[in-house]
Amino acid sequence: MRTLIRNGRVVDPSQGLDGFVDLLLEDGEVAVIGERLEAPQQTEVVDATGLVVAPGFIDIHVHLREPGQEYKETVRTGTMAAAAGGFTAVCCMANTVPVNDHRSITEHIRGEAERHGFARVYPIGAVSKGLDGKQMAEIGEMAAAGAVAISDDGKPVMDAELMRRAMLYAQHYGLPVVQHAEDLSLSGGGVMHEGLTSARLGLPGIPGSAEDVMVARDLILLEDTGGRYHVAHISTARSLALVRAAKQRGLPATCEVTPHHLLLTDEEVAATGFSTACKMKPPLRSAADREAMLAGLADGTVDAIASDHAPHHPDEKDESFHNAPNGIVGLETTVPLCLDRLVRPGIISLSRLVELLACGPARVMNLPTGTLRVGSPADVTLLSLEERFRVEPTSFRSKGRSTPFGGLELQGRAAGTFLDGRRVALEEGRRPG
Amino acid sequence: MSVRWQRKDLLGIAELSRQEIELVLDTAESFAEVALRPIKKVPTLRGKTVLNLFFEASTRTRSSFEIAEKRLSADNLNFSSSGSALEKGESLVDTALNLQAMAPDLIVIRHAHPGVPHMLAKRLKAGVINAGDGAHEHPTQALLDAFTIRQRKGRIEGLKVAIVGDLEHSRVLRSNLHLLKKLGAEVVLAGPRTMMPVGVAAFEVPFFYSIEEALEGADVVMMLRAQLERMSRPLFPTVKEYFKLFALTRERLRLAKADAVVMHPGPMNRGVEIASDVADGERSVILEQVTNGVAVRMAVLYLCSGMQGEAA
Repeated sequence: MRTLIRNGRVVDPSQGLDGFVDLLLEDGEVAVIGERLEAPQQTEVVDATGLVVAPGFIDIHVHLREPGQEYKETVRTGTMAAAAGGFTAVCCMANTVPVNDHRSITEHIRGEAERHGFARVYPIGAVSKGLDGKQMAEIGEMAAAGAVAISDDGKPVMDAELMRRAMLYAQHYGLPVVQHAEDLSLSGGGVMHEGLTSARLGLPGIPGSAEDVMVARDLILLEDTGGRYHVAHISTARSLALVRAAKQRGLPATCEVTPHHLLLTDEEVAATGFSTACKMKPPLRSAADREAMLAGLADGTVDAIASDHAPHHPDEKDESFHNAPNGIVGLETTVPLCLDRLVRPGIISLSRLVELLACGPARVMNLPTGTLRVGSPADVTLLSLEERFRVEPTSFRSKGRSTPFGGLELQGRAAGTFLDGRRVALEEGRRPG
Repeated sequence: MSVRWQRKDLLGIAELSRQEIELVLDTAESFAEVALRPIKKVPTLRGKTVLNLFFEASTRTRSSFEIAEKRLSADNLNFSSSGSALEKGESLVDTALNLQAMAPDLIVIRHAHPGVPHMLAKRLKAGVINAGDGAHEHPTQALLDAFTIRQRKGRIEGLKVAIVGDLEHSRVLRSNLHLLKKLGAEVVLAGPRTMMPVGVAAFEVPFFYSIEEALEGADVVMMLRAQLERMSRPLFPTVKEYFKLFALTRERLRLAKADAVVMHPGPMNRGVEIASDVADGERSVILEQVTNGVAVRMAVLYLCSGMQGEAA
């Protein structure tokens, strides 16, 4: 099985490449990169004229909801959304029902992905059994079954001793510890960022310090333990400054930021009249925080853009702002939003975006993908920088519909993905091969 | 009255114009007189159905709405959340749609969560009147406060109004801020640091961390309830200490103008945020507020029913 992708602009920061070259994919690997390649016999030729060819994008923060909450999302619908949005791989969080805290759940998720997946699925195992923050989960067993990281995401690891031990223990398996950084005693019953808008609306606030205190604590622990630490959905200027300083000291800390924290602020809650599409954790932050996130993209502090795709049933989001569950979908909007709102205005270059969506995520999660180097897995994302479209939540592949970006007119989107060298066919409703 | 009321809902003061606020107050003037009649009833809303939907406990506001509805000859029905379908797992939206199916003309809603009346108003044909949504708005309270100030002082423009107490959790504060600023009063705030919203600057009025500074030269002192039920969070150590730090006492009231009036939206905690002798004293208009509440709510019900111009 061979595929030749021709005439595209190949952007692969992992090898400092940005130019018009062809790409031959063979037996699931990148076989040759070069100018004007001839197609060997029995090769599918893809004309990528006018398109960007990038290493397959990886969303390292996704909730697939399976097992247990298939009414919200399944491995099938979630990876379909991923493929439609331009991702060839996702890392899925452990807060399923039951929790992905032991090998059989990890294997189940991997099995579903093998059977129904439209993208690679890398499960993230729980730090603690049942996400209860007390007893360590069987991290080694989950790693053996394919878990690429550990996290209690959805909940923070509040107990400092558990965090310290997890950072130590995870090193046996080379896994990063991913923290949902939120000190629950500070966030309390808050439902939005604590600031000017929460004061106006009378909604209980979540102070930025709830995140900062946790990141600061974890970085201190990291300094003692070694190991690798990753801050999920970082959202405050101060947390980001802490990570920046830690990196400068040489600590193995990384972080990701979501498109909504890059593009929206807490004012959106007021502007939309309490729309539950603006309710998530961490909450949409202040304008100064947003500015800091953008600066972090540009100066390299941020390692990855991740969607925190957190689908809920539409009925669940059709509630009071207070009672609605946290989370919005993002797999199908992340790439277009980044192209239209970050690359087009020149906040970051296209090459930097590819770094944030492919190379960086692969580095954080120790994945073999995120590059088009010869010999790498042949996962490719095609982008059209010109196509204009309107975000229509009703046509999402995801079962989730809640997004603050519905109705936006955007320019630029994914034009297809290749997995193991084969084009992912969404139209036929089945995975390739 | 030159202004016409165009709204089906009264969700907050934030979206009202000064003219609309004055229209409600002027309309309330004409309804206030009904309470003085031997037969306290007018036929204004005869044949109209009003649902009082209280998802959060209330005595004063609910009774006030009920009396206002009865004095306007509306048919009314009370619905409270305990023992209701909501406790049986029905969603908020479904409850509202079911009630809508019974074709009420107006629904008065109180809910512990900000934005719920706004959310339901978008889906309901009936007019929605916000009777308090969390710490967000309580428009009829601000209107009755304004009515009371106007009655006592003859105006609102140019008065100095000190609002004191638990600012963070107060819907009364937020509605009053909108209203008093729109009507040209000078508002100052004071509260303990632990009960001051971090984003207090959003209110765009001076604020102090001592009651004394706010009272200086005030024409109106509006005390807010210290929400004792919030003591589970570390906001203040004891009632005794709150009283010493922030209660309105006779001595402190001397800092205000000699003819300053004292207001409180109730329910009042005597000996916590207000000393009994002040609450019962000659400067207190607290019970007048309650009386005026009925007339103001009659005005709001009447205007939101769309009957303005049909009969007056």
